[in-house]
Amino acid sequence: MIHIRQLHKSYHTEALSLHVLKGLNLDIEAGEYVSVTGASGSGKSTLLNILGILDSYDQGEYHLNGSLIRNLSEREAAVYRNEMIGFVFQSFNLINFKNALENVALPLYYKKVSRKKRNIIAMEHLDKMGLKDWAKHLPNELSGGQKQRVAIARAMISNPKVILADEPTGALDSTTTLEVMDVLTNLNREGITTIIVTHEQSVSDATNRIIHLKDGMIEYETRKNNGVHATIQSVNF
Amino acid sequence: MRDQFQEIYDTLTKNKLRTTLTGLSVSWGIFILIVLLGAGNGLKNGVMQNFSSRAVNSINMWSGTTSMPHNGLKSGRQLQFTENELDAINKQVEESRLITARYNTTQTISYGAEYGSYGLRGVMPNYVHIEKLIIPPGKGRFLNELDMKEKNKVIVLDQKIAEVLFKEEQPLGKQVKVGQVMFKVVGINTKKEQYGGSNAYIPFSTAQAIYNPRRKFWQITFTVDGLTTEAENDRFNESLRSLMGQRLNFNPEDEQALYINNAQSEYVETIKIFGGITIFVTIIGILTLIAGIVGVSNIMLVSVKERTREIGIRKAIGATPISILKTIILESIFITTIFGYIGMLMGIGLTELINFFMVQAANGKPATDEPQMSVFTNPTVDIGYAIFATVILIIAGVIAGYLPARKAVRVQPIEAMRQE
Repeated sequence: MIHIRQLHKSYHTEALSLHVLKGLNLDIEAGEYVSVTGASGSGKSTLLNILGILDSYDQGEYHLNGSLIRNLSEREAAVYRNEMIGFVFQSFNLINFKNALENVALPLYYKKVSRKKRNIIAMEHLDKMGLKDWAKHLPNELSGGQKQRVAIARAMISNPKVILADEPTGALDSTTTLEVMDVLTNLNREGITTIIVTHEQSVSDATNRIIHLKDGMIEYETRKNNGVHATIQSVNF
Repeated sequence: MRDQFQEIYDTLTKNKLRTTLTGLSVSWGIFILIVLLGAGNGLKNGVMQNFSSRAVNSINMWSGTTSMPHNGLKSGRQLQFTENELDAINKQVEESRLITARYNTTQTISYGAEYGSYGLRGVMPNYVHIEKLIIPPGKGRFLNELDMKEKNKVIVLDQKIAEVLFKEEQPLGKQVKVGQVMFKVVGINTKKEQYGGSNAYIPFSTAQAIYNPRRKFWQITFTVDGLTTEAENDRFNESLRSLMGQRLNFNPEDEQALYINNAQSEYVETIKIFGGITIFVTIIGILTLIAGIVGVSNIMLVSVKERTREIGIRKAIGATPISILKTIILESIFITTIFGYIGMLMGIGLTELINFFMVQAANGKPATDEPQMSVFTNPTVDIGYAIFATVILIIAGVIAGYLPARKAVRVQPIEAMRQE
């Protein structure tokens, strides 16, 4: 599903340039349940932004579902994002003047699905998240966990191949964290490739594969075996 | 398309405060623009009206007595005009427009026991326009071509004469005695003579027949058009002098043979004032329009800036940059058009209301008064200008919405979403 070869990414400011990803290699197959961990500044959010075509990269190759993602026009990027990827953010990023149902339905608006039809589909997804009764509520009337479940419903509505979650539990307490992780785990069981960036142990432990980044490289990887993570690689190949 | 409008409508109605503030600033901008333009126009119209009697240049010409010998004729000849000179001016002087011969005499005018001695002017129908006499509705009419042709014994009296002779009585249609001849009163002039005194007016042909058997006269008045500078007027005077010199056989250099009173200096001055006021009002209009553009642009800019995050979110879930731009521009057009229209209506409403009350106040005064001397008349804006100004502000709003939107759309969504 995702194949990355020798990925480099630097950020340039006036004062300094920061080499964030230093020749990263990564393969994630369809249906995997992956978390990316690492200290802050290790490049995990940058990696996720590149995976989500929210940011560009300098060197290397990134294939998503067989297509090379490189130098895309904004329009092409928008199509890929809409069709392939569902995003879940730490700060939810719901549009605050739209109610839960409208937020969930929004990706379908850009897919030119009729209002009536997209509202029906959005309601199904909200129902799946147990939020049917909250459909008409604005984001600021919802709890953090509810907001994140709305965001997940929105990510799911366009039937993406990949879910990318950036610290999805970062703004939640431990109870709601478990709740949101259950939702993500269930989605993965339905066959959706799920990639979570997190620094929380409890979150990464829930995934089947942990990729640990350090200084823009993969330091080690663990895979879950009988419910326990075991290190399988200690260096970049 | 319908779905897009629904989306825009949703966005606008769910951000009521932003929509209202943006809209109000647009309305206010256009409202102020139209009110100021109206004020400028009112000032212009007021001054124009006050000076309108001076806005036409008229030339008064008297024949005199030669002081130089010419073509074998000795000096000291008395010169007089005949109707041939009228024709010559009509046909040969390109700039001439309205023309009247004048025959002036003083006569006793009486009605019943009342009488008085007044100036009697034999004039042509154009005289009413040249001297801008005022005969209000219900006060009869001025002399006409038929009176001229038939040498009718009809007379137009100045208001003052009518008051003296007729007191409370209705003068129209009554016979007055001028010298020994009866004249029918056909009109009352309410314009006051600039230097006091009162006159009565009869057809020139009648005056010639009754009071001037030799059919010669001394004064011709005519209006001219197209002479806007002093140099042009000076040249015109020269050519008029040489034309008359040929016809009446005098040396054009002979200042005493022909007196020409060209009201040019006053006229040129008036033209300058008109020009100045037009420039002044135009500058007010342009400056106000710029102020409006800046205001509307500013609001659109802030309003888009505020939405950077929303734009980022929309991009992350698959909106193409063009669809976002289109939405923002359509929103701009929506807001500026609807609120601009409201502002325009209110502005036009206010200026028309002020005008209505001013007209009411003017009509409330006795009709015998002189025309209203007001520096402020008809403070309304031509609907064309109002629409033009509104369209300019709408375009400004759209551009002001487009530029920051284009920038916001170019920002990586992840950056955009970080903005709070």
